[in-house]
Amino acid sequence: MKKNFSVVGRPVIREDGFEKVTGSAKFADDLKIEGMLYTAMLRIPETHAKINSIDFSAIEGSQYLTAICTRNDIAGIKKIGVIKNDQPVFCGDKVVTPGDVIAMLAGESEEELHKLIGKIKVDYTPLPVLTDPLKALDENALLINEEAGTNLIVHHPLRKGDVEKGFAQSDFVIERKYTTQLIEHAYIEPESVTAIPMGVSRGIKIIGSIQNPFTTRRIVAAVLNMPLSKVRIEQSHLGGSFGGKDDTMCMLSARAAVAALKTGRPVKIRYTREDSILESYKRHPYIMNYKAGFSKNGKINAMKIDIIADGGAYVSMSPFVTWRTVVQATGPYLIENVHTDVRAVHTNNPYTGAMRGFGSPQPIFAQESLMDEIASMLNLSPVEIRRINGLKAGDKTATGQTLQNHDVNLLTVLETAVEKSDFTNKWKDNRENKKILFEPDFSNPVLKDNDFIRPEDSIKRGIGLSVSLRGCSLGGEGIDAAAAYLSLQSDGTIYLNCGLAENGQGLKTTFSIIAAEVLGTTAENIYYLELNTGITPDSGPTVASRSTLMGGGAVKNAAEIIKQRLIPLIKSEWKLGDEEEIEFAGNKVSASGKELTTFPGLCRLAYSRGICLAAIGWYKSPDVHWNEENGQGDAYFTYVYGCQVAEVRVNIVTGEIYVDRVTAVHDAGKIINKLGAEGQVYGGVTQGVGYGVFEEVTHENGLIRELNFDTYTIPTSKDIGEIIPVFVEGDDANGAWGAKSLGEPTLELASAAIANAVYNAVGTRLYNLPLNLEEVMLGKKLRPVNNKRGSLA
Amino acid sequence: MINLKFKLNGEKVSVKTEAGVRLIDLLRNNFGLTGTKEGCGVGECGACTVLMNKKAVNSCLVLAGQLAGASIETIESLAEGEMLHPLQRNFLEHGAVQCGYCTPGMILSAYALLDENPSPDEEEIKEAIAGNLCRCTGYKQIMDSIKATADELNSKNK
Ligand code: FES
Ligand code: FES
Repeated sequence: MKKNFSVVGRPVIREDGFEKVTGSAKFADDLKIEGMLYTAMLRIPETHAKINSIDFSAIEGSQYLTAICTRNDIAGIKKIGVIKNDQPVFCGDKVVTPGDVIAMLAGESEEELHKLIGKIKVDYTPLPVLTDPLKALDENALLINEEAGTNLIVHHPLRKGDVEKGFAQSDFVIERKYTTQLIEHAYIEPESVTAIPMGVSRGIKIIGSIQNPFTTRRIVAAVLNMPLSKVRIEQSHLGGSFGGKDDTMCMLSARAAVAALKTGRPVKIRYTREDSILESYKRHPYIMNYKAGFSKNGKINAMKIDIIADGGAYVSMSPFVTWRTVVQATGPYLIENVHTDVRAVHTNNPYTGAMRGFGSPQPIFAQESLMDEIASMLNLSPVEIRRINGLKAGDKTATGQTLQNHDVNLLTVLETAVEKSDFTNKWKDNRENKKILFEPDFSNPVLKDNDFIRPEDSIKRGIGLSVSLRGCSLGGEGIDAAAAYLSLQSDGTIYLNCGLAENGQGLKTTFSIIAAEVLGTTAENIYYLELNTGITPDSGPTVASRSTLMGGGAVKNAAEIIKQRLIPLIKSEWKLGDEEEIEFAGNKVSASGKELTTFPGLCRLAYSRGICLAAIGWYKSPDVHWNEENGQGDAYFTYVYGCQVAEVRVNIVTGEIYVDRVTAVHDAGKIINKLGAEGQVYGGVTQGVGYGVFEEVTHENGLIRELNFDTYTIPTSKDIGEIIPVFVEGDDANGAWGAKSLGEPTLELASAAIANAVYNAVGTRLYNLPLNLEEVMLGKKLRPVNNKRGSLA
Repeated sequence: MINLKFKLNGEKVSVKTEAGVRLIDLLRNNFGLTGTKEGCGVGECGACTVLMNKKAVNSCLVLAGQLAGASIETIESLAEGEMLHPLQRNFLEHGAVQCGYCTPGMILSAYALLDENPSPDEEEIKEAIAGNLCRCTGYKQIMDSIKATADELNSKNK
């Protein structure tokens, strides 16, 4: 392992920063092309309805209308999806969720198009609505997708050992139920895409806020019935994604492309926030039943888990999201007997798919709340229970995988977090101070004459923690490989490009640092090319926090290929012996400590000698295997570990929680891009707190209530206190110098840590996210009577 | 249609427009200033923040009819060529930019704050950007950059 880094791990300014602070960075909606058309979508305000007829006669011939696009305009497949083709580009006979689009108008003025939309007559018959995921598998349940013949999207079983035996051997068995809510990605940039027809022989070009250009290309090509090579996707600067600009962007790209081919003109779709929240997919709500058997000494012997995920109307990423859940549902604990069933089901609710965390924040909330509850039953501290059960090197996970070939740092991150936050002392103090001087009487919450709450008595402090292990990259989800293209110029500057997408996370910077490190130059010398499916090799999707690990590995490989071509040249040019060590550092090249030339000098020399200075690097993950039947196998080729400690104040009069401090300790392997890594922690923890404390998309009969930021609230600068990132850099043979994943682990832990902190503060266990006022005060959600969800009815 | 005259990034401009057109649309469509972003259209996200007579305003809530004689500044006016304004430089140096969609609005809110209050404390900084949503950064590095800029400008002015 290389020990002395010159660029890696130091603060480097982002590659795309200058444009972003000056306002010159072009985001999707900033693109304007002469003669381009805009669009408006036709929807109906129904969750589930049969469409009898659509009458466009009132708008036909309007001067503002260039084209009406419906399913009849589609040459290729009429339904699309990232896993299963089940989502209609334009609905035909039925809508199954309110975001569904029946037709799209194209014309020069968006404003006029919206007026025209109101004049179209859609005759439809509302159908019964299925919103309760627990009823989705009932025998007489209505079917969302009739062709599928069932509302079951996927079922992942996992069987290890014998749970019944494990329960029998246990001193205690407890059963708990947890629920989590629907939430929105809330990237600040709404979706936008432009399709540009390039003429019959050249196909179509698509530029937009697209997270996974290669997925989008595949889907657009299938919709247009065109070969892949005729569909070129360029990514604009992406205004946030968090997993959310995949399916929706494939859909919008397909619609824009259909309209562009129909009209022969560039067509732009730009979504308002309302369109975005209405139509885009969200995070899966989960209903989770956990049963755990454990001994007096704290050892967990068996765990039985039953999880239902609400997939909404379309399959989307549900099979993969819930697959991560089944792998990680027991958390980072050594448990001999495990029996897990995770099912995703269809309802008419907004559909759900990939979102940062990807099937882990939900079970972590459950399993980490449960661990604390077990600890308190046994009079153990939250730290002790985790020390007893936490996975160590050589242990087997729930899927039967032996943890090896990397530092298994679960207990290290735990102990580090405990120490940095002074957990144990604070936890004890808070527990002792828990006694409330004044107990409000909730049956009659009006204060009587002599009742008086001193402000200081109404605030209780609490501290709580949660831990996780997380499989890196795609694991058993699919082919896992990435490519990078690197080209040295004769003046020592470098072009770099990778098939993974910059979504704002700072991947361009990280990759530039890796290339600069190998070649001993500086990140500023690297010019990062925009992702273009016409040039860049397909590297799979930018998901699963895989970019640093996979793309970083590919960039390092490309730089090393070139370095290996330069070394023989140096040796012959300076007549060096085989034993001499050539060093690339500080923009210079030296042999055994003696400077030979500068890096640009070497590039000039190599160029003049006709050496090929471009290379494609490749990184393929080690193989993983998985048995669908029993959920056993090596699910992921490596893992990362995290522990977050939340310190909160709870107002016992209002139920309000304020998160004062989160200490976030992560083993993400080698940290390449320090500023970027810290940014991932601050951002991920903040999203985790929003998820834990207040974010929720609610709906009435499937119709979403919160369609903009006035009602859907995400954390502002005032909603969160201090966040302290701490990195434990464990060794790993994989990736670039063992650099692994960080983006998602930062988000998944906060809600459980906060729930545990609330318990420490006020002694109430909370089982339902978000931990909003009603949950804290009443232990349940208040909803309109007609809108009880399955879990709460 | 009205004939509208106002000051934009230091220059006198005039434009023929409907009185009900939003400032953000004027900037983006009529003047090609696409640094001003739209995130919500209802005054909640602050991505569209510009300076109007030195105050930070949501340009999605300002109508053309309100603009006569006003002075508007957008993100494009801050740097002088390659020379970044200290706020812009500090945003980069402190890692305050991820996707960058909130960044122009965020920088302008910070600019208005420092203009009015050259030595803000942490609470005042939080307050000043509380109307600017950022989904990526968790605000910490943004607040650090604003603080660093204030310190830098204050030490220069001494
Ligand atoms: S677009 Fe103006 S505040 Fe969001
Ligand atoms: S940097 Fe992405 S919204 Fe702020």
